[in-house]
Amino acid sequence: MSRLSRRVLVFGALALSGAAYAVQPGEQLKDPEQEARARKLSAELRCLVCQNQSIDDSDAELARDLRRLVRERISAGDSDSTIRQFLVARYGEFVLLRPPFSASTALLWSLPALALIGGIFAARSLFGRPAEAVATPEAAPLAESEKEALEALLDKRDRA
Amino acid sequence: MIVEIGHYALVLALALTLFQATVPLWGAIKRDSALVALGPYAAIAQLLLIGISFAALTHAYLGSDFSVANVYQNSHTLKPLIYKWSGVWGNHEGSMLLWVLILALFGAGVAIFSRNLPDDILGATLAVQAMIAAAFLAFLLFASNPFLRLAPAPFEGRDLNPILQDPGLAIHPPLLYLGYVGYSIVFSFAAGALIVGRIDAAFARMLRPWNLVAWITLTLGIAMGSYWAYYELGWGGYWFWDPVENASLMPWLTGTALLHSAIVMEKREALKIWTILLAIITFSLSLLGTFLVRSGVLTSVHAFAVDPERGLFILIILIAFIGGSFTLFALRARAMESGGLFAPVSREGALVLNNLFLAVASLAVLVGTLYPLALEGVTGQKISVGPPFFNLTVVPLMLPLFVAIPFGQRLAWKRGDLLGVTQRMGLAIGLSFIATLIAAYYIGRGPALAIVAIGLGIFILLASLDEIRERAMRGGTSGALRRLIGLPRTFVATALAHAGVGIMVIGIAFTAFEKEAILSMKPGESVKLGEYTLTLRGIAPYTGPNYTSTVARFSVHDGTREVAELRPAKRVYIGRQMPTSEVGRHRVGFSEVYVAIGETSDGAHVDLRAYWKPFVTLIWLGPALMALAGLLSLTDRRLRVGAPRVAARRPERLEPAE
Repeated sequence: MSRLSRRVLVFGALALSGAAYAVQPGEQLKDPEQEARARKLSAELRCLVCQNQSIDDSDAELARDLRRLVRERISAGDSDSTIRQFLVARYGEFVLLRPPFSASTALLWSLPALALIGGIFAARSLFGRPAEAVATPEAAPLAESEKEALEALLDKRDRA
Repeated sequence: MIVEIGHYALVLALALTLFQATVPLWGAIKRDSALVALGPYAAIAQLLLIGISFAALTHAYLGSDFSVANVYQNSHTLKPLIYKWSGVWGNHEGSMLLWVLILALFGAGVAIFSRNLPDDILGATLAVQAMIAAAFLAFLLFASNPFLRLAPAPFEGRDLNPILQDPGLAIHPPLLYLGYVGYSIVFSFAAGALIVGRIDAAFARMLRPWNLVAWITLTLGIAMGSYWAYYELGWGGYWFWDPVENASLMPWLTGTALLHSAIVMEKREALKIWTILLAIITFSLSLLGTFLVRSGVLTSVHAFAVDPERGLFILIILIAFIGGSFTLFALRARAMESGGLFAPVSREGALVLNNLFLAVASLAVLVGTLYPLALEGVTGQKISVGPPFFNLTVVPLMLPLFVAIPFGQRLAWKRGDLLGVTQRMGLAIGLSFIATLIAAYYIGRGPALAIVAIGLGIFILLASLDEIRERAMRGGTSGALRRLIGLPRTFVATALAHAGVGIMVIGIAFTAFEKEAILSMKPGESVKLGEYTLTLRGIAPYTGPNYTSTVARFSVHDGTREVAELRPAKRVYIGRQMPTSEVGRHRVGFSEVYVAIGETSDGAHVDLRAYWKPFVTLIWLGPALMALAGLLSLTDRRLRVGAPRVAARRPERLEPAE
């Protein structure tokens, strides 16, 4: 196990052990719309020292710093994607709880869809008509010679 | 002394499982019923031995015997009695002991209840179950022994992790394990049937009661865990897509698919290969879950064991069983003929749709959980796959499934009439439309999608209940009650379980309309939450048996009068100096006022989070109804445990002929 992940474990245990508190009263922005944006954005950003918690959920010091940072940037007028780019530049893609679509995550995002399509094709082989519902195939039209033969037979019967 | 008896019993159990894993199997293959007959005795003896072992560890916990390392690390003399009990499985070693106890319980269950099972299947099934038990008993004895002694014995224990000191956590793990490990017997049946090469409708019938037991307990276990997280972790969420939650959700999804595909196999001899495969996959996912949780590969709230050696041990078990069963499957798959054909729009078709979406959802959870690990292993790149990913993949997969429920359960076998079915649901569709409009009116403004989801939930609920009504009323109102009582229990169970899904969907959809307040308050101040007003009355310290706490007292007003007093608290446990949150909740019908407190600054202010959570309890009542329905289905006489032959002679129930 790498030293980093060890540290993550220790911090994670500390962060989770507490009454998880997340956003604190003093941190919130005055403008409710901006605050709502901050909450939404925070919920998709990972608390880097925790296990599987967003900065919106986490009680860790780092999460609090990141929450403040997000709110500062929002107040300064940055767009959500600018803030995300800024955080990725600083902490790497690890910070994003929704991994962006790229060469390395193509499989992640496409596998469920591919499996669904594959499954639909596989399921098609199960379908058939129930035995009693199978209709007799359409009769092929008669060939010229057959028609003549039929005429001849009918003529013969009529004459009889 | 008692501890040594427990330890010795565990060693004996291992020896016995080796016997049980070979002799009945040989008997099954050689068609020697005398050898097979030894299997049930071994299975019952194994349960007794592991039971003795478990009782010995429990005894050590209740008597706070700190000379046992496991008790020292996870108990404390001041701990309330219930947590001395639950402490037995609130740690790695003890929980693995519980794991093998439940494994033995299911083996013995088959031994006792399945007198009518064919000899060869019984022998092979018990043998496979014993192989699993042998692997995990070896793991216990060699890598996670709960009976190791400490010399000299410490004076006081280190206490149980405080967040685990909760009544919910006393029953959550046993329930979850009953489900998780319950699928072992489903796996053993599948492997046994593959070994003896008998895979037919009778097999699906043998499997069903065990599959139901595992599914019921897993459903309750997951719901219980979710409810625990809701009130104990202090931020009012009910599902976090935590890797450990995912580990229990994956077998639940495939297990639910199995429950449905086995019906097709039983009634129509179709989907045989798929059903066997699902049985194998479901337990494989249970094993994978055990590995993820126990190895510490993904550390999260639940992982209290971090030790790579143990992880490797379980990984080897995992590979051996999954690899072995898939090889067996590959060898036998050709021998399985596919059964009757059916049209896409038919009961079978609906069940295939159910299986498709459940299986793909399970795959999405699996990929999301393991992808970051795999990517880091292969390229070293670290990414996070969090709740947004799962919400974007699993939720869209669940929605078509939910929409299909009311239609699917009404379609006829072989070939159904979708238009006719829709017409028959006219009443349910109309009523749910009106109910949704009324709900939307009362909610006022809000996300339209959430209102649509509420409508969907109401539709599933009403359409499912309406099906019971329709069946009872068929042939006029006179005698409807008699017909209602006489309805096959499996039929009523299906409708009720689906109604449970609807109830859960309504609860989840309503989370979009919760009200939240995050603020700092002084005594005497108030905050408005929807129609309720929360007033802080005071803050006081309080000392419990093994913790100290700060308790805030709030009154809840509904506009005219005080309706409740809430006492949320922040506790610090003496043993580990760890803070936890005790939330205050006031229930109004299915809804709740929810308060959690945080820091108290300058002795006068208290930070708090307060919520109005409309219909939140439906999130857990839905799954509770599903489990109850499963229980009802279990009591159906046609499916009574171990009576497949009697049932087979009965004329098949006639299906509606539309």
